[in-house]
Amino acid sequence: MDVVTSQTVSVEVNGTSYEREVEARRLLIHFLRDDLDLTGSHVGCDTGNCGACSVILDGTLVKSCMLLAVQTDGASIETVEGLAEEERLSPLQQAFSDHHALQCGYCTPGMLMSATALLRDNPSPSDAEIAKAIQGNICRCTGYWNIFEAVKAASGQEVEE
Amino acid sequence: MSETTVAEPLVVEQGETKPGYAGQNVARKEDKRLVQGEGVFVDDVRRHNMGYVHFVRSPYAHAKIRSVDVAKALDHPGVLGTMTGDEVALLTDPFFQISSPPGAHLKDYCLAVGKARFVGEPVAAVVATTREGARDASELIEVDYEPLPALTDARQALGEDAPLLHDEAGTNLTWEGVYEWGDLDQAFAEADRVIKISELHFDRFNSTPLECNGALVEFNRGTGQWTIHTNNQFPGFAAIMMGPAMRVGLDKLRFVTQDIGGGFGNKITSHPQLVACCLLARKLKRPVQWTEWRTDFHLSMSHGNERWFQDTEVAIKEDGTLLGFRTTAVDDAGAWLRYEPLGGVIWAQVTPGMYRWRHIRLDFKQVVTNKAPVSPNRGYSRMQHLWFTERVIDIVAHELGLDPVEVRKRNYIKAEEMPYETPNGCIYDSGDYTKMLETALDLIGYDELDSKRADAESRGKLLGLGIGSTLDSGTNNFGQSRLINPELQFSGNNEVATVKLDIFGEIVVTLGTTPQGQSHETTASQVVADILGCSVDDVNVRAGHDSYWNSHAGFSGTYASQFAVTGLGAVKGATDMLAEQMKKLASVVLGCSPEEIELAEGQARMKANPEAALPFMALGAIINANNAGLPEDLDVTLNCRYVYRPPFDPPDVERKYGNLTLTYAAQVHVALVEVDPETGVYEIVDYAAVDDCGVRINPQVVEGQVMGATAQALGAATHETFTYDEDGNLLTPNFYDYHVPHALDMPPLKTGYVESASPFTSMGTKGMGEGGGAGIHAVCAALQDALRARGNAIVYDSCNPYHRVWELLSNPDESRRRVTVEAT
Repeated sequence: MDVVTSQTVSVEVNGTSYEREVEARRLLIHFLRDDLDLTGSHVGCDTGNCGACSVILDGTLVKSCMLLAVQTDGASIETVEGLAEEERLSPLQQAFSDHHALQCGYCTPGMLMSATALLRDNPSPSDAEIAKAIQGNICRCTGYWNIFEAVKAASGQEVEE
Repeated sequence: MSETTVAEPLVVEQGETKPGYAGQNVARKEDKRLVQGEGVFVDDVRRHNMGYVHFVRSPYAHAKIRSVDVAKALDHPGVLGTMTGDEVALLTDPFFQISSPPGAHLKDYCLAVGKARFVGEPVAAVVATTREGARDASELIEVDYEPLPALTDARQALGEDAPLLHDEAGTNLTWEGVYEWGDLDQAFAEADRVIKISELHFDRFNSTPLECNGALVEFNRGTGQWTIHTNNQFPGFAAIMMGPAMRVGLDKLRFVTQDIGGGFGNKITSHPQLVACCLLARKLKRPVQWTEWRTDFHLSMSHGNERWFQDTEVAIKEDGTLLGFRTTAVDDAGAWLRYEPLGGVIWAQVTPGMYRWRHIRLDFKQVVTNKAPVSPNRGYSRMQHLWFTERVIDIVAHELGLDPVEVRKRNYIKAEEMPYETPNGCIYDSGDYTKMLETALDLIGYDELDSKRADAESRGKLLGLGIGSTLDSGTNNFGQSRLINPELQFSGNNEVATVKLDIFGEIVVTLGTTPQGQSHETTASQVVADILGCSVDDVNVRAGHDSYWNSHAGFSGTYASQFAVTGLGAVKGATDMLAEQMKKLASVVLGCSPEEIELAEGQARMKANPEAALPFMALGAIINANNAGLPEDLDVTLNCRYVYRPPFDPPDVERKYGNLTLTYAAQVHVALVEVDPETGVYEIVDYAAVDDCGVRINPQVVEGQVMGATAQALGAATHETFTYDEDGNLLTPNFYDYHVPHALDMPPLKTGYVESASPFTSMGTKGMGEGGGAGIHAVCAALQDALRARGNAIVYDSCNPYHRVWELLSNPDESRRRVTVEAT
């Protein structure tokens, strides 16, 4: 039982470089939260269903509970903490607030990362495209309706007030 | 999509310069931190040298525990210590039981003692230096179980062969109450028709907040005090459960919360786990951290009450006038009574639903089973009962060939009858249910229903329309607990706020509540700013709850649809006091009477001479740091605490009669579904939700609650159920098997509102937020309407996944056998 494999992992998160010795079995989400103290990304399930831990890894949206930290050696990671510039919220973050697209805020970081990835690929998504893009993010507070509005507003589309 | 209007500003106090924030969609103060990932949720709280707790859970639904051996776990690297049921039985007393006997005799500890009673029940705990290490070590704890037969169907609980869960109680029927009001014999004698329904079933589910339960607990050995950073949503209740069990006074238990990732009632009964963490922090002399895993939550935490309604009889006149009903409700509490049997009375807040029938009898039998304990879940206990009354309405309409819309209009309590006293003495404060129904039908395009039906038919689909009309009773009179147990000494309700003006003019508000997304920081600042004549940006509402702040009372927390009444009532009371003191202080400084002072634009100034003004900063500085020379008798602290106490009397225990809640928000939902008759697959193609919660402080926040509750209802109506096999294994222990609504599942939604101010609250508000039950019924009714054209089945379950609809299509007689109509 004493055998513990660990490995040095170097990553860049939101533009900052980190190097840590990591147990091989440590999940990326726990590495971000517990080792790097980036607690914005959350854990909502044990099975990869809820998406609260979503981050962008080398430009691709991933669920950070479905990857080991050691798999990300050398990678560049974006998390919710990197969305705002200084104190200025990103248009998507601002739209989430303007359209009451969050209540408890627990799913919000993952939801924002999924929507950020969507808008990079598709700057003007339809409701159906938004629904498909965030289908892997569970929200128990809003029923998603205001999230659709927020994502559309952030993409410059007209939203019914 | 949504109808957003800016209502007339609520004038809290007369004055020309009042900003009138109440009634406006003020942007949420909470959002800035939450959209940046800067909220502090319980798992974000860290302490030096903390250990991680993992619970060892029973793999059996029912088993004697012969022994628990922790030796191998203790030898595991990184393990800091363990706790077992034997230790717990020495260190603590069983939790106080709300129930009268026989439920009163249950011996409930924070870990299983002697016997495990459901799969997932914590049997032992282990603490290690890492999360993973604690989990590893938990596998090394050896528990020797002797499996016993499991009881998984509440209807079998009273059978002679039924396994007995609690020897101390001597029966699985832990609480029973027979409620009867009016004159049933007369009602059934007067009836033209009697409809009998043999059995209806409300399924077991809960709201599954995305953040599971958790705590970080520190023990201060010098003072003997625990600090419990947690996401428990009702610290007042946790404290009265934990203190006596741990044999300490409540001063030894400090509860701290900040951001909570959803609660919906499911985070009220985490007190057993919190006790285990407290014992471990003391034993191991270090902070301990526990974060529940999703699977653990599903296995063990706060399921909603599953309920059967048996042998229902409904008395009706030929024209569809409802006279009364009698039924037996068999309620499945799971293995422990952690908040129960309060569900056995809370349904009675809404005894007649929205209807005028006066003759009602309900025999409530609550039984224990080898399943997870039930606890409050959004719409707690009223949802089950209102689903039942709505089912009755639609089955009656169906069987008598009446229009469900007309039956509702004929039997709804009328707007002009408000305030309305129900048969059991509850006072519905205000409302216009018919107007709500008409608004909802307009939103859904009811006038074109025939053409919609024909259009669906042309595509091979069956279209159905269903209505759900429900009440969200808020602000409990805890005196209702005496109907459960006359020995209990609870009654009324309370909530606390403090508002102060600090040295540099900061307005600081503290609440006793524990919000989980309900925007308390925002709505509280709207109320404060309106009274003090300043901007909402000038108002600083502390995030979360801390019992060190002295801004809590016995019933503090966020639950049961009450903040807009109790929380904001406390905020208004404290701010009114502060405003009075600010005027008094300004009058002393400016040499006039307090009546000559007004608060406006961040100043206290003379009405007749606005240039004679003191900015809030000057007032704060004078009283806090520059007070020499002030008159000795000047009773001003600029730090005001107010306890809001709603006007209640204890109910009459003998008659089971009295006002159980202060306000009655209402919901009318209408669903349109299209069913594929070949497969039972259906889609909700249109949906309208109309809400009335009286005066709305922040309409956007209100609408957000309506949307969230609706989404949860649709999940419960279509997919969500905690299903057990006959051995008591939970078949839906995670989000793979337990399907909550995803973005792709959402139907189009139209919202509307009616605003009937409550005459009983200081601002005309009503508590709201739990009104989702309407959606469960709207879907059931829509399915029944759709199936009318293909077999005429009766919908008898609250949860109707596709396979159940297929069963109704393929064997409608099985459902039809449940209903008979007799002429009298």
